[in-house]
Amino acid sequence: MALSGVLRPGFVQIRVLDMAESIIHYRDRIGLDVVSTEDDGRVYLKAYDEFDRHSIVLRECDEAGLDMMAFKVSSEAFLDEYEEKLRADGFEVTPIAAGEQPGVGRRISFVAPTGHRFDLYVEMELSDNGPMTNNPDICQQDQRGMKAIRFDHCLLYGTDLDGTKKVFEEILGFSTAEVVVDDDTGMIIALFLTCSNKAHDLAIVRHEEDDKLHHVSFLVEDWNAIGEAADIMTRYDISRDIGPTRHGITRGQTIYFFDPSGNRNEVFAGGYHFYPDNPLRVWKASSVGKAIFYYERELNDRFMTVVT
Amino acid sequence: MNNKGFQVRVEGSDKVITCRENEPLLIAMERQGYARIPVGCRKGGCGVCKIRVTTGEFEVGKMSVKHVSEKERNENFSLACKTFPKSDLKFSLIKLKGKAINIGALGIDRKN
Repeated sequence: MALSGVLRPGFVQIRVLDMAESIIHYRDRIGLDVVSTEDDGRVYLKAYDEFDRHSIVLRECDEAGLDMMAFKVSSEAFLDEYEEKLRADGFEVTPIAAGEQPGVGRRISFVAPTGHRFDLYVEMELSDNGPMTNNPDICQQDQRGMKAIRFDHCLLYGTDLDGTKKVFEEILGFSTAEVVVDDDTGMIIALFLTCSNKAHDLAIVRHEEDDKLHHVSFLVEDWNAIGEAADIMTRYDISRDIGPTRHGITRGQTIYFFDPSGNRNEVFAGGYHFYPDNPLRVWKASSVGKAIFYYERELNDRFMTVVT
Repeated sequence: MNNKGFQVRVEGSDKVITCRENEPLLIAMERQGYARIPVGCRKGGCGVCKIRVTTGEFEVGKMSVKHVSEKERNENFSLACKTFPKSDLKFSLIKLKGKAINIGALGIDRKN
């Protein structure tokens, strides 16, 4: 198997202010299925084309934001290796017992230099409502809302971007596909990391505050699906940030909006395929407008400053 | 309230914003092209539209305690996106600390 080690973003746990409103948003508007509601109040959801039990976990709280992002790892041996390397590099690694989330095996957890908690795990139960595997239809049931295919990636904001880059590249085996750098100093301002053939699995922007969430992103089928998502946003008065538009970085077609607690979501389509031998793509900050919003060619203030 | 809605003013400004019943203050301001207030998530999570109500009655929706603590709520601090005027109202804008550091680095002029 060519792809091993960290396979992909597996799930995120998002803090929401109001669970009932959030379920309407993620289930009926984005189109996820509710998998279960547990005794501690957490609600587990998944997109229709995901094999694993869940990918989005909602936790009601009096503050919005991200509890953690978790990556799925291909084997226990890799998990042990990452644990050892993280500890050797001075990180505190917290073991999390199997079953802390339903259907999820043991996890290891660490806090990256940008203040974000990341979990790594190998096992998650397969969904009984996942993609078909025997003479498979496109999907098992009619789709709802924006018809999200899968949870895809996150963009996070924090101070020590270089520190988090180092952990993901040197310990977890990610590659950097693209960067935005300061014209004069070369300092990295934005970083697009991939553990796969995708243009990004995790993005980080340098920011004054640590542990901030910029957005949780879902893949949709194509440019038409983004237009349909935009229709849904207006019809249901969902708070929109920007789009439909396209990124220069990753080349993804996109629209950004907010969940009922102010956490930013994206639905996107397209983007190039990345291979680890690809040269690094570099954007100068003076061209960042085109890098982020290829059509507008300028940033909106909200995109750069509004986080949870 | 009459059928024109509540009359809302920012302290130090003569501009009158009309807020409909059950309409968040921020949305009323956006709808009327009032550009002085930062518009973020519009959902009580990001905190950029923080205000302090100086006169008037209002109700609030759910918002992150990180941005408006219990103590601040009692002192009439709020987020405009979760502030529902119940009378004519005056308020001041609260400039947040710790935002937008990378804007300068990205070569963008922050408009106030």
